[in-house]
Amino acid sequence: MPDEAGRPCVAIVDYGLGNLFSVAQACRHAGLDSAITSAPDDLWRADGVILPGVGAFGHAMRTLDRLGLRSTLIEVAAAGKPVVGICLGFQLLFSESCEFGTHAGLGIVDGVVENLRDAAPAAATGRRLKVPHVGWLGIHRASTGRSDDGWTGTLLAGVPDGAPMYFVHSFYARPARDTATLATARFGELAYCCAIQAGDVFGCQFHPERSGADGLRLYDNLARHLGVKAAAQSLPW
Amino acid sequence: MIRIIPRLDIKGPNLVKGIHLEGLRVLGRPEVFARTYYQTGADELLFMDAVASLYGRNSLLDVVERTARETFIPLTVGGGLRSLDDIAAVLRAGADKVAINTAAIGNPDLIEAAAERFGSSTIVVHIDAKRSAGGRWIAWTENGREPSTLDAVDWARRAADLGAGEILITSIDREGTGQGYDLDLTRAIADAVPLPVIACGGAGTGDHVRVAIADAHADAVCVASMLHYGVAQRLLERGFQFEGAGQFKVLAEKRDFGRVQPSDIPTLKRHLIDAGIACRIADSAEPADAR
Repeated sequence: MPDEAGRPCVAIVDYGLGNLFSVAQACRHAGLDSAITSAPDDLWRADGVILPGVGAFGHAMRTLDRLGLRSTLIEVAAAGKPVVGICLGFQLLFSESCEFGTHAGLGIVDGVVENLRDAAPAAATGRRLKVPHVGWLGIHRASTGRSDDGWTGTLLAGVPDGAPMYFVHSFYARPARDTATLATARFGELAYCCAIQAGDVFGCQFHPERSGADGLRLYDNLARHLGVKAAAQSLPW
Repeated sequence: MIRIIPRLDIKGPNLVKGIHLEGLRVLGRPEVFARTYYQTGADELLFMDAVASLYGRNSLLDVVERTARETFIPLTVGGGLRSLDDIAAVLRAGADKVAINTAAIGNPDLIEAAAERFGSSTIVVHIDAKRSAGGRWIAWTENGREPSTLDAVDWARRAADLGAGEILITSIDREGTGQGYDLDLTRAIADAVPLPVIACGGAGTGDHVRVAIADAHADAVCVASMLHYGVAQRLLERGFQFEGAGQFKVLAEKRDFGRVQPSDIPTLKRHLIDAGIACRIADSAEPADAR
Protein backbone atom coordinates (compact mmCIF):
# COMPACT_ATOMS: atom_id res chain seq x y z
CA MET A 1 0.00 0.00 0.00
CA PRO A 2 1.16 3.59 -0.50
CA ASP A 3 3.15 5.11 2.35
CA GLU A 4 1.93 8.05 4.49
CA ALA A 5 3.12 10.55 1.90
CA GLY A 6 1.01 8.72 -0.67
CA ARG A 7 3.98 7.38 -2.56
CA PRO A 8 3.61 3.88 -3.91
CA CYS A 9 5.88 1.25 -2.41
CA VAL A 10 7.59 -1.64 -4.16
CA ALA A 11 8.93 -4.79 -2.60
CA ILE A 12 12.42 -5.62 -3.86
CA VAL A 13 12.73 -9.36 -3.44
CA ASP A 14 15.86 -10.26 -1.49
CA TYR A 15 16.96 -13.82 -2.06
CA GLY A 16 20.65 -13.16 -1.59
CA LEU A 17 21.52 -12.41 -5.20
CA GLY A 18 22.14 -9.20 -7.09
CA ASN A 19 22.71 -5.54 -6.48
CA LEU A 20 19.62 -4.65 -4.48
CA PHE A 21 21.19 -1.36 -3.44
CA SER A 22 21.24 -0.05 -7.00
CA VAL A 23 17.63 -1.14 -7.58
CA ALA A 24 16.60 0.67 -4.38
CA GLN A 25 18.51 3.81 -5.44
CA ALA A 26 16.80 3.82 -8.83
CA CYS A 27 13.42 3.52 -7.08
CA ARG A 28 14.31 6.43 -4.82
CA HIS A 29 15.34 8.47 -7.86
CA ALA A 30 11.89 7.83 -9.36
CA GLY A 31 10.10 8.81 -6.14
CA LEU A 32 9.16 5.23 -5.29
CA ASP A 33 9.44 3.90 -1.78
CA SER A 34 11.01 0.49 -1.65
CA ALA A 35 11.51 -2.25 0.89
CA ILE A 36 14.15 -4.91 0.44
CA THR A 37 12.44 -8.02 1.74
CA SER A 38 12.10 -11.78 1.59
CA ALA A 39 8.82 -11.97 3.52
CA PRO A 40 5.83 -13.20 1.44
CA ASP A 41 3.48 -10.84 3.34
CA ASP A 42 5.54 -7.82 2.25
CA LEU A 43 5.04 -8.82 -1.38
CA TRP A 44 1.26 -8.89 -0.88
CA ARG A 45 1.29 -5.52 0.91
CA ALA A 46 3.42 -3.74 -1.69
CA ASP A 47 1.96 -1.93 -4.69
CA GLY A 48 4.39 -3.76 -6.96
CA VAL A 49 7.15 -6.33 -6.81
CA ILE A 50 10.63 -6.18 -8.31
CA LEU A 51 12.45 -9.50 -8.72
CA PRO A 52 16.12 -8.65 -9.36
CA GLY A 53 19.01 -11.08 -9.35
CA VAL A 54 22.36 -12.11 -10.71
CA GLY A 55 23.69 -15.64 -10.61
CA ALA A 56 22.63 -19.19 -11.37
CA PHE A 57 19.02 -20.10 -12.23
CA GLY A 58 18.80 -23.38 -10.31
CA HIS A 59 20.30 -21.90 -7.17
CA ALA A 60 17.91 -18.95 -7.37
CA MET A 61 14.82 -21.17 -7.70
CA ARG A 62 15.93 -23.33 -4.77
CA THR A 63 16.40 -20.21 -2.66
CA LEU A 64 12.98 -18.85 -3.64
CA ASP A 65 11.49 -22.22 -2.65
CA ARG A 66 13.24 -22.20 0.70
CA LEU A 67 11.89 -18.72 1.42
CA GLY A 68 8.40 -19.72 0.35
CA LEU A 69 8.51 -17.16 -2.43
CA ARG A 70 7.87 -19.35 -5.49
CA SER A 71 4.15 -19.68 -4.87
CA THR A 72 3.90 -16.11 -3.56
CA LEU A 73 5.38 -14.66 -6.74
CA ILE A 74 3.09 -16.79 -8.93
CA GLU A 75 0.06 -15.79 -6.87
CA VAL A 76 0.76 -12.04 -6.69
CA ALA A 77 1.28 -12.01 -10.47
CA ALA A 78 -1.97 -13.93 -10.98
CA ALA A 79 -3.72 -11.44 -8.69
CA GLY A 80 -2.73 -8.65 -11.09
CA LYS A 81 -0.11 -7.01 -8.93
CA PRO A 82 2.63 -5.51 -11.11
CA VAL A 83 5.72 -7.73 -11.12
CA VAL A 84 9.01 -6.64 -12.68
CA GLY A 85 11.79 -9.18 -13.30
CA ILE A 86 15.29 -7.91 -13.97
CA CYS A 87 18.22 -9.91 -15.41
CA LEU A 88 18.10 -13.30 -13.65
CA GLY A 89 14.73 -12.21 -12.23
CA PHE A 90 13.50 -11.82 -15.82
CA GLN A 91 14.67 -15.33 -16.71
CA LEU A 92 13.00 -16.77 -13.59
CA LEU A 93 9.60 -15.60 -14.92
CA PHE A 94 9.81 -18.23 -17.68
CA SER A 95 8.81 -21.93 -17.61
CA GLU A 96 12.26 -23.48 -17.56
CA SER A 97 15.99 -23.01 -18.02
CA CYS A 98 18.72 -25.29 -19.32
CA GLU A 99 21.43 -23.65 -17.18
CA PHE A 100 23.46 -26.54 -15.65
CA GLY A 101 20.66 -29.08 -16.16
CA THR A 102 16.97 -28.40 -16.61
CA HIS A 103 15.23 -26.33 -13.95
CA ALA A 104 11.60 -25.31 -13.70
CA GLY A 105 11.09 -21.56 -13.43
CA LEU A 106 8.12 -19.62 -12.09
CA GLY A 107 6.20 -20.26 -15.31
CA ILE A 108 4.52 -16.84 -15.21
CA VAL A 109 5.52 -16.43 -18.87
CA ASP A 110 5.60 -19.38 -21.30
CA GLY A 111 9.05 -19.93 -22.69
CA VAL A 112 12.52 -21.28 -22.09
CA VAL A 113 15.93 -19.90 -21.13
CA GLU A 114 18.87 -21.03 -23.27
CA ASN A 115 22.63 -20.70 -23.45
CA LEU A 116 24.03 -17.71 -25.32
CA ARG A 117 27.16 -19.70 -26.10
CA ASP A 118 25.20 -22.28 -28.12
CA ALA A 119 23.16 -19.71 -29.96
CA ALA A 120 25.76 -17.20 -31.07
CA PRO A 121 28.88 -19.04 -32.17
CA ALA A 122 30.55 -16.29 -34.15
CA ALA A 123 30.37 -12.60 -34.84
CA ALA A 124 30.14 -11.32 -38.38
CA THR A 125 33.69 -10.03 -37.92
CA GLY A 126 34.94 -13.59 -37.46
CA ARG A 127 36.10 -12.80 -33.94
CA ARG A 128 34.51 -15.04 -31.39
CA LEU A 129 31.87 -13.57 -29.15
CA LYS A 130 32.66 -13.40 -25.48
CA VAL A 131 30.27 -15.05 -23.02
CA PRO A 132 29.19 -13.88 -20.48
CA HIS A 133 28.05 -10.99 -22.58
CA VAL A 134 28.93 -7.89 -20.57
CA GLY A 135 28.19 -4.47 -21.96
CA TRP A 136 25.77 -2.16 -23.69
CA LEU A 137 23.39 -3.07 -26.50
CA GLY A 138 20.73 -1.06 -28.25
CA ILE A 139 17.20 -2.33 -27.56
CA HIS A 140 14.74 -2.32 -30.44
CA ARG A 141 10.99 -2.45 -30.77
CA ALA A 142 9.89 -6.00 -31.45
CA SER A 143 8.93 -6.33 -35.11
CA THR A 144 6.38 -9.07 -34.46
CA GLY A 145 3.88 -9.40 -31.71
CA ARG A 146 2.27 -6.39 -30.13
CA SER A 147 -0.47 -4.81 -32.17
CA ASP A 148 0.41 -1.21 -31.30
CA ASP A 149 3.41 0.28 -33.02
CA GLY A 150 5.52 1.18 -30.04
CA TRP A 151 6.17 1.18 -26.36
CA THR A 152 3.37 3.57 -25.37
CA GLY A 153 1.68 2.40 -22.20
CA THR A 154 4.53 0.03 -21.29
CA LEU A 155 7.48 0.46 -18.95
CA LEU A 156 9.53 1.38 -22.03
CA ALA A 157 7.36 4.42 -22.82
CA GLY A 158 9.55 7.36 -23.80
CA VAL A 159 12.65 5.23 -24.36
CA PRO A 160 14.00 5.85 -27.87
CA ASP A 161 14.14 2.86 -30.23
CA GLY A 162 17.75 1.64 -30.19
CA ALA A 163 18.55 3.12 -26.77
CA PRO A 164 21.60 1.40 -25.27
CA MET A 165 21.08 -0.59 -22.09
CA TYR A 166 23.57 -2.46 -19.88
CA PHE A 167 23.53 -6.28 -20.05
CA VAL A 168 25.36 -8.96 -18.08
CA HIS A 169 24.31 -12.49 -18.98
CA SER A 170 25.26 -15.91 -20.33
CA PHE A 171 21.70 -17.10 -20.99
CA TYR A 172 18.77 -15.60 -22.87
CA ALA A 173 15.01 -16.13 -22.86
CA ARG A 174 12.91 -17.45 -25.72
CA PRO A 175 9.21 -16.73 -25.10
CA ALA A 176 6.79 -19.31 -26.52
CA ARG A 177 4.68 -16.55 -28.04
CA ASP A 178 6.03 -13.51 -29.89
CA THR A 179 3.22 -11.40 -28.49
CA ALA A 180 4.97 -11.22 -25.12
CA THR A 181 8.12 -9.72 -26.64
CA LEU A 182 8.42 -5.99 -26.18
CA ALA A 183 12.02 -5.44 -27.25
CA THR A 184 14.87 -7.31 -28.86
CA ALA A 185 18.64 -6.94 -28.78
CA ARG A 186 21.27 -8.36 -31.10
CA PHE A 187 24.24 -10.40 -29.93
CA GLY A 188 26.35 -11.31 -32.94
CA GLU A 189 23.86 -12.79 -35.39
CA LEU A 190 21.32 -13.64 -32.72
CA ALA A 191 18.34 -11.31 -32.29
CA TYR A 192 16.80 -12.21 -28.96
CA CYS A 193 14.00 -11.09 -26.68
CA CYS A 194 15.33 -8.68 -24.05
CA ALA A 195 12.06 -7.34 -22.63
CA ILE A 196 8.57 -8.73 -22.22
CA GLN A 197 5.27 -7.45 -21.00
CA ALA A 198 2.23 -9.62 -20.42
CA GLY A 199 -0.53 -7.85 -18.56
CA ASP A 200 1.06 -6.35 -15.45
CA VAL A 201 4.11 -8.60 -15.63
CA PHE A 202 7.21 -6.95 -17.09
CA GLY A 203 10.70 -8.30 -17.45
CA CYS A 204 13.98 -7.20 -18.97
CA GLN A 205 17.30 -8.94 -19.44
CA PHE A 206 19.22 -5.67 -19.10
CA HIS A 207 19.74 -3.65 -15.92
CA PRO A 208 17.68 -0.46 -16.19
CA GLU A 209 19.12 0.79 -12.87
CA ARG A 210 22.62 0.59 -14.41
CA SER A 211 21.69 1.98 -17.85
CA GLY A 212 21.91 5.71 -17.23
CA ALA A 213 19.04 8.13 -17.87
CA ASP A 214 17.28 5.90 -20.45
CA GLY A 215 17.19 3.06 -17.94
CA LEU A 216 15.83 5.31 -15.21
CA ARG A 217 12.81 6.02 -17.44
CA LEU A 218 11.61 2.47 -16.72
CA TYR A 219 11.56 3.28 -13.01
CA ASP A 220 9.79 6.59 -13.67
CA ASN A 221 7.19 4.70 -15.72
CA LEU A 222 6.81 2.11 -12.97
CA ALA A 223 6.31 4.84 -10.37
CA ARG A 224 3.64 6.49 -12.51
CA HIS A 225 1.90 3.20 -13.22
CA LEU A 226 1.86 2.15 -9.56
CA GLY A 227 0.71 5.60 -8.50
CA VAL A 228 -2.23 5.51 -10.88
CA LYS A 229 -3.12 1.98 -9.89
CA ALA A 230 -2.87 2.67 -6.16
CA ALA A 231 -5.04 5.78 -6.51
CA ALA A 232 -7.71 3.79 -8.37
CA GLN A 233 -7.76 1.11 -5.67
CA SER A 234 -8.05 3.59 -2.81
CA LEU A 235 -11.23 5.14 -4.21
CA PRO A 236 -14.05 4.84 -1.66
CA TRP A 237 -16.50 3.01 -3.95
CA MET B 1 29.63 -1.75 -28.31
CA ILE B 2 32.94 -1.40 -26.56
CA ARG B 3 33.06 0.09 -23.07
CA ILE B 4 35.03 3.11 -21.89
CA ILE B 5 35.73 2.66 -18.18
CA PRO B 6 37.31 5.50 -16.21
CA ARG B 7 39.61 3.99 -13.60
CA LEU B 8 39.76 5.88 -10.32
CA ASP B 9 42.60 4.90 -8.00
CA ILE B 10 41.59 5.81 -4.49
CA LYS B 11 43.72 6.47 -1.44
CA GLY B 12 41.77 7.30 1.68
CA PRO B 13 39.21 9.92 0.62
CA ASN B 14 41.18 11.03 -2.46
CA LEU B 15 41.51 10.23 -6.13
CA VAL B 16 45.19 9.62 -6.87
CA LYS B 17 47.26 8.84 -9.94
CA GLY B 18 50.77 7.48 -10.17
CA ILE B 19 53.15 6.10 -12.74
CA HIS B 20 53.84 2.33 -12.79
CA LEU B 21 51.38 2.22 -9.85
CA GLU B 22 53.84 4.28 -7.74
CA GLY B 23 54.43 7.92 -6.81
CA LEU B 24 50.76 8.66 -6.22
CA ARG B 25 49.58 12.24 -6.64
CA VAL B 26 46.34 13.50 -5.16
CA LEU B 27 43.92 14.82 -7.81
CA GLY B 28 40.83 15.55 -5.73
CA ARG B 29 37.59 13.99 -4.51
CA PRO B 30 36.69 10.79 -6.39
CA GLU B 31 32.96 11.54 -6.20
CA VAL B 32 33.41 14.74 -8.23
CA PHE B 33 35.26 12.89 -10.96
CA ALA B 34 32.87 9.91 -10.90
CA ARG B 35 29.85 12.21 -11.26
CA THR B 36 31.47 14.02 -14.18
CA TYR B 37 32.22 10.73 -15.93
CA TYR B 38 28.69 9.44 -15.39
CA GLN B 39 27.22 12.62 -16.82
CA THR B 40 29.51 12.66 -19.85
CA GLY B 41 28.90 9.08 -20.97
CA ALA B 42 31.16 6.67 -19.07
CA ASP B 43 29.94 3.12 -19.66
CA GLU B 44 31.10 1.86 -16.31
CA LEU B 45 33.35 2.99 -13.44
CA LEU B 46 36.27 1.21 -11.82
CA PHE B 47 37.40 2.14 -8.30
CA MET B 48 40.73 0.69 -7.26
CA ASP B 49 41.78 1.03 -3.64
CA ALA B 50 45.46 1.87 -4.03
CA VAL B 51 46.51 1.16 -0.45
CA ALA B 52 43.86 -1.26 0.77
CA SER B 53 46.19 -3.48 2.71
CA LEU B 54 47.80 -0.54 4.50
CA TYR B 55 44.79 1.31 5.91
CA GLY B 56 41.30 0.56 7.10
CA ARG B 57 38.81 0.40 4.25
CA ASN B 58 35.83 2.23 5.69
CA SER B 59 36.60 5.32 3.66
CA LEU B 60 36.47 3.23 0.47
CA LEU B 61 33.04 1.86 1.38
CA ASP B 62 31.86 5.43 2.02
CA VAL B 63 33.09 6.56 -1.39
CA VAL B 64 31.45 3.52 -3.04
CA GLU B 65 28.15 4.17 -1.30
CA ARG B 66 28.08 7.89 -2.09
CA THR B 67 28.94 7.21 -5.73
CA ALA B 68 26.44 4.38 -6.14
CA ARG B 69 23.68 6.70 -4.90
CA GLU B 70 24.08 9.16 -7.74
CA THR B 71 25.52 7.23 -10.66
CA PHE B 72 23.36 4.75 -12.54
CA ILE B 73 26.00 2.82 -14.43
CA PRO B 74 27.92 -0.29 -13.35
CA LEU B 75 30.56 0.16 -10.68
CA THR B 76 33.45 -2.28 -10.19
CA VAL B 77 35.54 -2.07 -7.02
CA GLY B 78 38.93 -3.65 -6.44
CA GLY B 79 42.07 -3.38 -4.36
CA GLY B 80 42.90 -5.55 -1.39
CA LEU B 81 39.75 -7.68 -1.34
CA ARG B 82 40.84 -10.80 0.54
CA SER B 83 37.78 -12.87 1.32
CA LEU B 84 34.16 -13.59 0.52
CA ASP B 85 33.24 -11.25 3.39
CA ASP B 86 35.31 -8.41 1.90
CA ILE B 87 33.54 -8.95 -1.43
CA ALA B 88 30.12 -9.03 0.23
CA ALA B 89 30.85 -5.75 2.06
CA VAL B 90 31.77 -3.94 -1.17
CA LEU B 91 28.72 -5.31 -3.00
CA ARG B 92 26.49 -4.29 -0.10
CA ALA B 93 27.86 -0.75 -0.35
CA GLY B 94 26.57 -0.61 -3.92
CA ALA B 95 29.26 -2.09 -6.18
CA ASP B 96 28.03 -4.30 -9.02
CA LYS B 97 31.26 -6.21 -9.52
CA VAL B 98 34.54 -6.75 -7.72
CA ALA B 99 38.06 -7.03 -9.07
CA ILE B 100 40.31 -9.48 -7.25
CA ASN B 101 44.04 -9.96 -7.77
CA THR B 102 46.42 -10.78 -4.90
CA ALA B 103 43.98 -12.90 -2.93
CA ALA B 104 43.07 -14.92 -6.04
CA ILE B 105 46.72 -15.65 -6.83
CA GLY B 106 47.31 -16.73 -3.23
CA ASN B 107 44.14 -18.81 -3.21
CA PRO B 108 42.68 -19.55 -6.67
CA ASP B 109 39.74 -21.34 -5.04
CA LEU B 110 38.50 -17.89 -4.00
CA ILE B 111 37.51 -17.28 -7.65
CA GLU B 112 35.39 -20.41 -7.72
CA ALA B 113 33.83 -19.76 -4.32
CA ALA B 114 33.10 -16.12 -5.17
CA ALA B 115 31.63 -17.01 -8.57
CA GLU B 116 29.39 -19.58 -6.96
CA ARG B 117 28.19 -17.24 -4.23
CA PHE B 118 27.88 -13.96 -6.14
CA GLY B 119 27.64 -15.12 -9.78
CA SER B 120 30.46 -15.33 -12.32
CA SER B 121 29.56 -12.02 -13.89
CA THR B 122 30.22 -10.30 -10.55
CA ILE B 123 33.81 -11.52 -10.38
CA VAL B 124 36.46 -9.71 -12.39
CA VAL B 125 39.95 -11.19 -12.10
CA HIS B 126 42.50 -8.40 -12.21
CA ILE B 127 46.00 -9.20 -13.43
CA ASP B 128 48.83 -6.70 -12.95
CA ALA B 129 51.40 -7.89 -15.47
CA LYS B 130 54.98 -6.91 -16.12
CA ARG B 131 57.12 -7.92 -19.08
CA SER B 132 59.81 -10.49 -18.39
CA ALA B 133 62.43 -12.15 -20.54
CA GLY B 134 61.37 -14.13 -23.60
CA GLY B 135 58.35 -12.04 -24.57
CA ARG B 136 56.23 -13.24 -21.65
CA TRP B 137 54.58 -11.47 -18.78
CA ILE B 138 54.57 -12.25 -15.07
CA ALA B 139 51.56 -11.54 -12.84
CA TRP B 140 52.39 -9.28 -9.90
CA THR B 141 50.57 -8.95 -6.60
CA GLU B 142 50.13 -6.31 -3.87
CA ASN B 143 49.28 -3.56 -6.37
CA GLY B 144 52.44 -4.13 -8.39
CA ARG B 145 54.84 -4.48 -5.46
CA GLU B 146 55.47 -8.25 -5.44
CA PRO B 147 56.09 -10.64 -8.33
CA SER B 148 54.35 -13.99 -8.39
CA THR B 149 55.62 -17.02 -10.24
CA LEU B 150 52.63 -17.09 -12.59
CA ASP B 151 52.72 -16.45 -16.31
CA ALA B 152 50.03 -13.81 -16.88
CA VAL B 153 48.45 -15.52 -19.91
CA ASP B 154 48.35 -18.95 -18.24
CA TRP B 155 46.87 -17.35 -15.14
CA ALA B 156 44.15 -15.64 -17.20
CA ARG B 157 43.19 -19.01 -18.72
CA ARG B 158 43.08 -20.62 -15.30
CA ALA B 159 40.99 -17.77 -13.86
CA ALA B 160 38.52 -18.21 -16.72
CA ASP B 161 38.28 -21.95 -15.98
CA LEU B 162 37.67 -21.20 -12.30
CA GLY B 163 34.65 -19.06 -13.12
CA ALA B 164 35.83 -15.47 -13.55
CA GLY B 165 33.36 -13.33 -15.50
CA GLU B 166 35.86 -10.87 -16.96
CA ILE B 167 39.61 -10.33 -17.02
CA LEU B 168 41.07 -6.90 -16.30
CA ILE B 169 44.64 -6.76 -17.56
CA THR B 170 46.90 -3.92 -16.40
CA SER B 171 50.36 -3.40 -17.85
CA ILE B 172 52.55 -2.19 -14.98
CA ASP B 173 55.19 -1.20 -17.54
CA ARG B 174 52.80 1.20 -19.26
CA GLU B 175 50.59 2.29 -16.35
CA GLY B 176 50.55 6.09 -15.99
CA THR B 177 53.09 6.63 -18.77
CA GLY B 178 50.79 7.74 -21.57
CA GLN B 179 52.79 5.58 -23.99
CA GLY B 180 49.81 3.46 -24.99
CA TYR B 181 48.53 0.08 -23.82
CA ASP B 182 50.79 -2.96 -24.01
CA LEU B 183 49.14 -4.26 -27.18
CA ASP B 184 50.96 -7.61 -27.25
CA LEU B 185 49.91 -8.32 -23.69
CA THR B 186 46.31 -7.24 -24.29
CA ARG B 187 46.03 -9.34 -27.46
CA ALA B 188 47.65 -12.39 -25.84
CA ILE B 189 45.09 -12.31 -23.02
CA ALA B 190 42.08 -11.36 -25.16
CA ASP B 191 42.76 -14.22 -27.58
CA ALA B 192 43.48 -16.73 -24.79
CA VAL B 193 40.21 -16.50 -22.85
CA PRO B 194 36.54 -16.75 -23.90
CA LEU B 195 35.66 -13.89 -21.52
CA PRO B 196 35.45 -10.13 -22.00
CA VAL B 197 38.88 -8.56 -21.50
CA ILE B 198 39.40 -5.02 -20.23
CA ALA B 199 42.70 -3.37 -21.24
CA CYS B 200 44.28 -1.08 -18.68
CA GLY B 201 47.44 0.95 -18.33
CA GLY B 202 49.08 3.43 -20.65
CA ALA B 203 46.34 5.31 -22.52
CA GLY B 204 47.63 8.76 -23.44
CA THR B 205 45.68 9.50 -26.63
CA GLY B 206 42.43 8.54 -28.32
CA ASP B 207 44.37 6.52 -30.82
CA HIS B 208 45.90 4.40 -28.08
CA VAL B 209 42.36 3.43 -27.17
CA ARG B 210 41.45 2.74 -30.79
CA VAL B 211 44.31 0.32 -31.38
CA ALA B 212 43.73 -1.51 -28.11
CA ILE B 213 40.27 -2.37 -29.43
CA ALA B 214 40.90 -2.72 -33.16
CA ASP B 215 44.33 -4.39 -33.08
CA ALA B 216 44.62 -5.92 -29.61
CA HIS B 217 41.00 -7.21 -29.38
CA ALA B 218 40.11 -5.56 -26.06
CA ASP B 219 36.38 -5.69 -25.27
CA ALA B 220 36.63 -2.68 -22.98
CA VAL B 221 39.28 -0.17 -21.99
CA CYS B 222 40.20 1.56 -18.76
CA VAL B 223 41.28 5.16 -19.09
CA ALA B 224 42.63 7.21 -16.20
CA SER B 225 45.18 10.01 -16.65
CA MET B 226 43.69 11.33 -19.91
CA LEU B 227 40.29 11.82 -18.33
CA HIS B 228 41.43 12.86 -14.85
CA TYR B 229 43.79 15.50 -16.20
CA GLY B 230 41.05 16.72 -18.54
CA VAL B 231 38.61 17.15 -15.65
CA ALA B 232 41.25 18.68 -13.37
CA GLN B 233 42.31 21.14 -16.05
CA ARG B 234 38.74 22.34 -16.59
CA LEU B 235 38.19 22.63 -12.84
CA LEU B 236 41.35 24.72 -12.48
CA GLU B 237 40.27 26.97 -15.34
CA ARG B 238 37.05 27.61 -13.47
CA GLY B 239 38.97 28.57 -10.32
CA PHE B 240 38.18 25.41 -8.39
CA GLN B 241 40.40 25.00 -5.33
CA PHE B 242 42.12 21.65 -4.94
CA GLU B 243 42.47 20.56 -1.37
CA GLY B 244 45.61 18.57 -0.76
CA ALA B 245 46.42 18.50 -4.45
CA GLY B 246 49.20 21.07 -4.46
CA GLN B 247 51.68 18.97 -6.36
CA PHE B 248 49.20 18.20 -9.08
CA LYS B 249 48.08 21.85 -9.29
CA VAL B 250 51.61 22.91 -10.15
CA LEU B 251 51.74 20.34 -12.94
CA ALA B 252 48.36 21.33 -14.27
CA GLU B 253 49.22 25.02 -14.30
CA LYS B 254 52.34 24.26 -16.26
CA ARG B 255 50.27 21.86 -18.40
CA ASP B 256 53.02 19.35 -17.83
CA PHE B 257 51.21 16.08 -18.45
CA GLY B 258 54.07 14.29 -20.16
CA ARG B 259 52.81 12.12 -22.98
CA VAL B 260 49.23 12.20 -21.74
CA GLN B 261 46.84 14.35 -23.78
CA PRO B 262 44.03 15.51 -21.47
CA SER B 263 40.67 14.67 -23.01
CA ASP B 264 37.08 13.80 -22.19
CA ILE B 265 34.75 10.88 -22.87
CA PRO B 266 32.67 12.45 -25.69
CA THR B 267 35.85 13.39 -27.59
CA LEU B 268 37.25 9.90 -27.09
CA LYS B 269 34.04 8.24 -28.27
CA ARG B 270 33.78 10.47 -31.33
CA HIS B 271 37.31 9.40 -32.26
CA LEU B 272 36.33 5.73 -31.96
CA ILE B 273 33.05 6.10 -33.83
CA ASP B 274 34.86 7.88 -36.66
CA ALA B 275 37.12 4.82 -36.85
CA GLY B 276 34.10 2.52 -37.16
CA ILE B 277 34.08 1.28 -33.56
CA ALA B 278 30.61 1.04 -32.02
CA CYS B 279 30.24 3.10 -28.85
CA ARG B 280 27.36 4.07 -26.65
CA ILE B 281 26.42 7.71 -26.86
CA ALA B 282 24.84 8.64 -23.56
CA ASP B 283 21.08 8.98 -23.35
CA SER B 284 20.54 8.44 -27.05
CA ALA B 285 21.45 12.00 -27.99
CA GLU B 286 22.86 10.48 -31.16
CA PRO B 287 22.50 7.13 -32.94
CA ALA B 288 24.03 4.65 -30.55
CA ASP B 289 25.30 1.84 -32.68
CA ALA B 290 27.69 2.62 -35.49
CA ARG B 291 27.46 -0.91 -36.88
